Amino acid sequence: MKTEPFVVNIGPQHPSTHGVFRMRLTLDGERIIDADMVVGYLHRSMEKLAEERSYTQNIPFTDRTDYVAAMTGNLAYVLAVEKLSGVQPPERAHWLRTIMSELQRFASHSMAVGTFANDCGTWQTPVMHMFREREKILDLFEMACGARLTTNYMRIGGVSRDVPPEFRPALRKLLDELPKRMDEYEGLLLENEIIVARSRGIGVLPPELAIATSVSGPMLRGSGVAWDIRKADPYAAYDKVEFDICVGTNGDAYDRFLVRLAEMRQSIHILEQALEMMPEGPVHSQITTSTAQPGEVPSAPLAIRPPVGEAYGRIESPRGELGFYIVSDGGPAPYRFHIRSPSYINLTPLKDLAVGATVADAIVILGSIDIILGEVDR
Amino acid sequence: MTTVISGDDLAHRLQQNFPDAVTDARPEWAEVKPDRLLEVCTFLRDDPELDFRFLSSLTAVDRLDHFEVVYHLLSISRNQATTLKTCCADHDNPEVPSLVSVWRGAHLQEREAFDLMGIRFPGHPDLRRIFLWEGFPGHPLRKDWLNFPGGQMAGLERFPGEPGGRLEGRG
Repeated sequence: MKTEPFVVNIGPQHPSTHGVFRMRLTLDGERIIDADMVVGYLHRSMEKLAEERSYTQNIPFTDRTDYVAAMTGNLAYVLAVEKLSGVQPPERAHWLRTIMSELQRFASHSMAVGTFANDCGTWQTPVMHMFREREKILDLFEMACGARLTTNYMRIGGVSRDVPPEFRPALRKLLDELPKRMDEYEGLLLENEIIVARSRGIGVLPPELAIATSVSGPMLRGSGVAWDIRKADPYAAYDKVEFDICVGTNGDAYDRFLVRLAEMRQSIHILEQALEMMPEGPVHSQITTSTAQPGEVPSAPLAIRPPVGEAYGRIESPRGELGFYIVSDGGPAPYRFHIRSPSYINLTPLKDLAVGATVADAIVILGSIDIILGEVDR
Repeated sequence: MTTVISGDDLAHRLQQNFPDAVTDARPEWAEVKPDRLLEVCTFLRDDPELDFRFLSSLTAVDRLDHFEVVYHLLSISRNQATTLKTCCADHDNPEVPSLVSVWRGAHLQEREAFDLMGIRFPGHPDLRRIFLWEGFPGHPLRKDWLNFPGGQMAGLERFPGEPGGRLEGRG
């Protein structure tokens, strides 16, 4: 019988694409024979906009690239600028940054795991459980900086302000609760028949291919490559805390899900240590700047001019290697501002993962990559 | 801690295998000729002492009279990183060989650099615009895209309230 390939567009307006992402699948019956992606619906040209704003004014843009993990976006950017300008934040700021990053990782991974379970077909129940804990973390962010999602908390040379006195007991209470919640999640999800049946053996990414296609984060570790920038190239206070790198064995969608769940446990472990070890003291280094009035000490630098040069700062964001490449010409605004976005680059092997699978598998594969469209399109 | 191989060190190592490929070296980066890029990068990937099998980031910078393409390389097994650059002197028609055959991770990043900076990568299997649509006028990350009145270019020259003359273009 004569057959013809059939093209199906999934998205851009589709609940399983986690935003405005379009997958263009060519099908032979139910099997995928080609997969392409169409992105750019959320392109806001942040790299161009950043060239017209001062270094401090650019921090809010980094909230809005990965809007599910604003804290880590802030941190990656300020680390790059600090590298460029040689600013050294005080000790307490390092610890606050670590705490915020790990809270953010937990919140972001709970979204990733919850929506992945959704994609597999455990409709809405796990994601609602996950939102419950994420909500409490967002309350902590609100306490620290007044915002829940677009936090704008990190500053060049520290953080914008110290946490209020009620932050510590609130975090303590949350940390007592989270391990119990993790037991609950693992009981609900780990051997969940729906998730296992839909994701085990699906979208297998061998370690060699993972490295060759530059994927990072839980996707790389799910393929069994023990690479975590927090360990390999420690920033903030990660060199002073203990934690394990979580790796998968098969590199399938299920392993990527397992790695995220395991990393949530590690985040709790890091937070426990950070809460104990965080010293008192100032939270930003005071830099005199050109806009400071005489006698005034700015709480955080509003305006800096880094020396001519370039720097590439990278961190382990919840989605992988988040890098900022900044070129300075000595002016108040960056000459070039490039975001190495993990969500975008993790899509490189999409075709390899999808070809041979079914349409329903493609949804699970995309869910296991965990993309944030704000970061894909920038 | 990731060991950073300085540009001078990298240039020195490259010099031994490719005597005329390196054009410039600074502590932060080494620059190679675009027509030698493929062999240099294949060497960087396959040399057991360097083992740069992971292309961290690929991007381009508009330097007004030329373009720079910047590669941040990483070796996972040896935990070391370095920065390689190449320069396309022809600003009107920039071309750099595609590295997709060396690192597949360059695929989407080269498409991005083509779309936003207008650099063509001969050898790329599927070089199309990615964020903007076909037919979009120009490449927005170039410094001369949308000149401001009076020949000024995008980019903040001074802080608001800072003393100084009128804003001058960056060229």
